[in-house]
This record gives sequence, C-alpha cells and structure tokens, in this order.
Amino acid sequence: MNRAARLALLLLLAPAAAPAAMPLAIQAGLLYPVSGPPVKDALILIRDGRITFVGPAADRMFSADHQVVTAAVVTPGLIDARATVGLSGLLNQPHDQDMLERSAPVQPELRAIDAYNGGDPLVTWVRSLGVTTVNTGHAPGTLVSGQTMVVKTSGGARDREVLQPAAFITAALGGAGLNRAEGKAPGTRAKAVALLRAELIKAQEHVRKRGLTDETKRPARDLRLEALGRALDGSQRLLITVHKVPDILAALRLAQEFNLRLVLDGCAEAPLVLTEIKAAGFPVVLHPTMARAGDDTENLAMDTAAKLAAAGIPFALQSGYESYVPKTRVVLFEAAVAAGRGLGFDRALASVTLEAARILGVAERVGSVEVGKDADLALFDGDPFEYTTRVTATVINGELFRDGPR
Amino acid sequence: MRFLPAAAVLLPLALAAPVFAQERPLALTGARIYPIAGEPIADGVLVVQGGKIVAVGAAGAVTVPAGAEVRALPPGKVILPGLVDSHSHIGGAQGGDGSGALHPEVRVLDALDARHASIQRAQAGGITTVNVMPGSGQLISGQTLYLKLRDGRIIDDLLIRLADGSPAGGLKMANGTNPMRAAAGPFPGTRAKAAAMVRDQFIKAQEYQAKIARAKGDPEKLPARDLGLEMIGEALAGRRIVQFHSHRHDDILTALRLRQEFGFKMVLHHVSEAWKVAPEIAAAGVPASAIVLDSPGGKLETRDLSFESPAALEKAGAEVGLHSDDPVIDSRHFLRSAAIAVRAGMSRPAALRAVTLANAKMLGLDDRVGTLAAGKDADFVVLSGDPFSVYTQIEETWVEGRRVFNLSDPADRTYALGGPGAGDARRTPLCCYTSAWDIILAANGALQQ
Repeated sequence: MNRAARLALLLLLAPAAAPAAMPLAIQAGLLYPVSGPPVKDALILIRDGRITFVGPAADRMFSADHQVVTAAVVTPGLIDARATVGLSGLLNQPHDQDMLERSAPVQPELRAIDAYNGGDPLVTWVRSLGVTTVNTGHAPGTLVSGQTMVVKTSGGARDREVLQPAAFITAALGGAGLNRAEGKAPGTRAKAVALLRAELIKAQEHVRKRGLTDETKRPARDLRLEALGRALDGSQRLLITVHKVPDILAALRLAQEFNLRLVLDGCAEAPLVLTEIKAAGFPVVLHPTMARAGDDTENLAMDTAAKLAAAGIPFALQSGYESYVPKTRVVLFEAAVAAGRGLGFDRALASVTLEAARILGVAERVGSVEVGKDADLALFDGDPFEYTTRVTATVINGELFRDGPR
Repeated sequence: MRFLPAAAVLLPLALAAPVFAQERPLALTGARIYPIAGEPIADGVLVVQGGKIVAVGAAGAVTVPAGAEVRALPPGKVILPGLVDSHSHIGGAQGGDGSGALHPEVRVLDALDARHASIQRAQAGGITTVNVMPGSGQLISGQTLYLKLRDGRIIDDLLIRLADGSPAGGLKMANGTNPMRAAAGPFPGTRAKAAAMVRDQFIKAQEYQAKIARAKGDPEKLPARDLGLEMIGEALAGRRIVQFHSHRHDDILTALRLRQEFGFKMVLHHVSEAWKVAPEIAAAGVPASAIVLDSPGGKLETRDLSFESPAALEKAGAEVGLHSDDPVIDSRHFLRSAAIAVRAGMSRPAALRAVTLANAKMLGLDDRVGTLAAGKDADFVVLSGDPFSVYTQIEETWVEGRRVFNLSDPADRTYALGGPGAGDARRTPLCCYTSAWDIILAANGALQQ
C-alpha cells in the first residue's frame, strides 16, 4: 500500500484523529537545545510529534520519508509565560475581547479554555515569531479575573495542543486589581487585599463544610469557592500581578497567611525587594519591557531580568496584556532586550524556553530540544535575538508552520 | 539684591560657564561614522565647535583645528546623527479636548514640561529632535511643536525658533476611527462626514484669508481675529506642515485628496496599510512616517499593520520615516524600529535615513539636522556598535555640541535602563545653573537700578 493510500485509509478508519504529520529532519547550522551546550551542524529527527534524535548531523542517517528543513539557527519553540492571546483578540472589538469579565471583582471560576480562540490572528502572529506555547488566559484588570491555560499555538485547543487546561488562577493587586468606578469595591489597595482575604476565608469554610460527614450539613457546590479552594490546597497556583513594592509585599503576606503557591506576575519593582522575593521562594514572570512605563510600571527597568538572575530567583518572560495598540508583545523581542541589557544570550534564551517550562510545570514535554520531548522548534536565519534576524518556520508537535518568514 | 556682594556674582558666573557651547573645538576620532549625507566612514573624524559641526570625514582627510580637544574613541564605536523622531507625545503632550473635533487654535506648547522624565528617556534613546504632537482624537487636535532635546529648565529652552522668532511646529490632523464618535455631537460619525467637516473648515480659512487680503490693513474691513482659522491659514500658506494621522489605505487616500484640493504641505503618519497604497503615496510626493509595532491590531484600522510597510514605501520611491509615537513605543527603543524595518526588507541605508534625514525633511528642519555635515547642528549619538543590533548600547547623546546623555553617568543611566527614579522629573544638575543664571540676571538688574 502506498503512503497516500495508507493515509486515506487512516482518515476513513479514524476520521476524528488528525493525520500523522510527515516525519521531519531539521538540519541546523547551530542548535541551541538549552538543556545542553550548542551543537554545530546538528540534526533533529521528528516522528509522530516527538523528537527521536538530536545530535551532530554526521552521527546519523535518516530515511527518505523525512521532509528535510534547514535553518541557520534552531532553538526550542519559545514559551510565553503569561499571555492573553486567544482571549484578547486582534481587533479589540466587543466580539473578540474575552480576557476580562467585569461583573464581579472575584471570579476564579472563569476558565480560559472556555474562551480561548486558537484561530485568532494574534495566536498566528506570535507563532510566526517563534512562540509555540503560551500560558494564556484572563488578563490582569480585576482582583481575581479567572484562570489561564497552557496551550500550543498550533491553532486549536485539541487535547494534544493543551498542556494544562486549568493552569493558574489569575489575580491582581495594585492598579490592575482595582475597580475605578465610583462607589465600587475594591477602590483602594488595602480594600482589595481585605476583600481577597475575606474570600479566601469563605473558601476555607466552604471546603471544610463540604467535607462534613453529615451530608445534610454540607453547603451546595459553589464554583467560585471551589476554585479558591484549589488555590488554598495548592492544586492550582495563583498567578498574581503585582508591580509596586507594597503590592509585591501584600502578595507575599497573603501567601504566608493562606499557605498559597504563587507565581509573581509583572514585578516592575522587584529589584527593590529581591531579598523578600528570594526568601519566599516564588518564581517571577517578568513584565514586558516594551510595555508602556507609567503608573504602576513607571519604574520598570530593562535590566531587571539580569538582576533576578543574579539574585538566583527563577524567572520567565511574558508578552503580558495591553488594552490597546499593540494588543500583544512578543517574548522573542522581550528576551532580546534582556539579552542585550545584562542577562546574556544563554539565560535570555532559557527564560523563554526551559525556565518558562519549569515555572509553568510543563518541562517534561516542552522547553528544550531532547529526545522524547514534544517536537516544538523555532527556526531562524541568524542570531535569534537580533532584530534583523527572521523566523523562517516553527514546528509544533512535529507539524511545520511557515507563517513567515517574519 | 541691590547690595549683592561681588563674590556672589562671580561664583555663579563660574558655575554657569560650562553650560555655554564650547568655543574650543572638539574632535572625536576612531569611530565608524554614518553621515547619512554620504557613505559610511570606517575610520572617521567628527569636529564640532560652537554648537555646529565643523568637519566630518575620514582620518587623514580632515584637518583637526589647532587647539582642539581630541577624544580618541575606543575601537568599535559608531557615530550617527542625532535621531529625529517625527511623531512623539513626550513631555506631557496634550491637545484638543472632547468639546469638539476641530482645535487648530490649541497649542501643545501650553502643556509641555521640559523636565518630564519622558524627555530624559528620549535623550537616552538618542533622540535629539522631536515633533511633539497632540493626539488623534480630533480631526484637528492642535499645533505640534518641534523640539531640540537640550537640557532645558523650561520648555522655551527646547524650542526651535523660526526666522521670525516663533516656535517651529506643525498642525496635527487625523482621520479614520480615532476622531469619530458614534453618538450625535460635534464629532463625525462617518468617514465622509469627517472629510466634509475638514473641507468646510479649510474653505472657511481660505475665505478668512481672502477677507484679510481684501482689507489691505484697514481695521474697519478686517475680520475679527480667529485663532483657529489663522493656524489653518499658516498650513494653507505652507508655513506649517500638516502632520496627518492615517492608518487604513482608504483613509490615506482621503488625506492625499484633501491635500490635493487645498495644496498644503503634508506628512502622513502611522500608515499601517501603506503597503497597500505605496505607489500612490510615492506618486503624490508626500512623505510618510511609519510605525513599526510588536503586533498588528488593537483597533479595526490597524488590523493589517505590517512590518513591511517601510520597505514597500522605500521600493515605491517614497520618502519614508519612522516614529516612536512614544508612549506607544518607548523612545529608548526607537532604533529598534529601524532594525525591524530592515528585518522586513528595508535597506539599511534607508532605515538609518528614516530615523534621521527623512524625518528632518518631514519637519522642514533638514537644513539644520538629520545628517552629519559641516555647518549642521552638532547633534550626534555615540553607540557601542552596529546601530541595528540589540546588543548595542547608546552611550552618548549630544545636542548642539553639548552632551545631554552619558550612559556612564548614574543619573543618566537610570533614565536609559529604568528603575526607581526613571519616572521622575530631572532634578540635578541644572538647579545650580538655573539659580546661578537667575542670580546673574537679578544682579544685572540690581546694578542697573
């Protein structure tokens, strides 16, 4: 049976299954696996969505059924540790803006997967710039805005594309967590923290009562309190947006009071409280330096990534959320700024690949070029961080995407 | 002040001395120089004196004047002309308000703060000349201002004066969705209405000018002064360039149509869809200043924004500039826009021209800034390497022979990299210069009494 006939039969027998992509042989002038030292004249073999070989091209022959793709430089597919693409759509019109629900200040039950549109052009856009995995979901803008998911940028939210359907609960202290409407809570930073503490205490009570042996005394199910319950028992981490020092400290205080597992998001003023962040042991997903410097982020700095690295604080980079033009930043460019402002090439690349994967808890599948991992790659025609270099293609789960070159 | 001791006069004079443009020539040697006016010079010499460029050329071809201070730069440094940003909102820019769609009488001048942190950050980004604009929420949002980013105490210190002493600037106009409002009121609800309102206003200005001409100075016949129509009159007379915000290709064509009808000088701004109408823009002979953003979208009319617009305009033969639109792109990342334009196919020389000479032409200031050539203002930037590389740092920015940014100065470094204080207004060292100057003026006044 020839290959086309086999494929046709496969499609007939299992119409729901995606056709297996052709095996790929990626020939890289220079490969940065991130998990190990760079490899010159490298070969990466891919079959059934996974990496089957990585090493010097001279070490390995491959069969003729591989599609051969060459690139000057290859890195793992980039990982955006905090995005809103797929919810915050390109057009910025009511029909494509699902990143913020303002009807109540605390809505941790809002799942990203119920809103994610993998077909939005911004998902394609970041993919065209090397991004293959995003931790995307509800934006900072209310006290507890919802959840995020970790998903590939291949265009959908099918099982093989979703790494974590309910990754984080998203919260925000400081400006992004306030309700600016007159007479609405929370209107101040202190009120926001008080409100969140009250909600967490309610959730503690809810969880306790749901565990009562006498079924008649159990309260009715409550999605909101159940979600907060997951933050309390550590099964779902809190991604909490904090920029100013008081907000960072308030988050750490909350974590201590309720034994929460945090990832600190934004952290424009992290350099002022490195000791406290380090002592708390929480990773940071650092704000985009391309974002507007003003209000809570007026003191943002381009060398904060380097300072976090020097302090030994785990961190990753993000595209973040912007309410207006441009709707998303790009972690490729963010890593470039960090690389050029003290972080250096290797750490900058790790911050948008393996380090990001570790912080998101998906490093067993993505973040480095290793045998057995998902075949997610970014292909470049030069130094990935030089603005004048182009992304020539990306590979996601072994599928080749040529959105550019861009 | 009447009995000011002599020492109090002399001390401030000594403090004030360093701020005057150097009379002793300064020669920078050993850098790769991009004069923009000509081919790059591998081992270049730049000589400045009295705020002007005295000579630029290859080592050996330039005579360094006797008595000049010679600074031999370490290997690898690059010198560019001071960057010119054709569209920015630094300094706390404001324009017209929500009371109407037409505000030609409003001056951005009346809102600006010379010590605003955004101005220091722009210096750190290598920008030496900038067009500070009101926004795009009105069809005509006000008068723009062309500034030199000197270390000024008040906004007057940053102005560029025309021959008649008036501050140089343009007139900001906009079309597309920003100046449109769905609700009934003084704003247009549709594109055609927007164009009709602009035409109506320009016709009024023509008639106003005609009345003034007919009056021949007779106060009885002169129309009542109208600040807005006066300003549109300046645009009609070609004394004030219309700086026109336009994204969508059909809006760009509308702007070209208005210009053709009324004959004003115009620069197109943003031009997100320029790649769709690059030949038309080039044929009209209208320069275009493009924006290069991280991603398209954010509103309907920027859906098709492309990194490739600058390259398309270059290929079509248009004069093409780039701008920061600070705070949309932080001024410190201005050179990055040129690099991304190169990424998308623009030639390197055109991309450097786009952040220097092309923008200078768009402001009508190319006789003074935008290139490194003898007789031009001594505005230049010293870089650690290739202007398009992310690994390159802007090390020094000079305006009219004075260094206004020095990366090795801790205060300046804060503005360059960010961190606590980067959002604050500049405090030192002009406190001393300023107070000294005030004392000198006061002392002079006292002596004259």
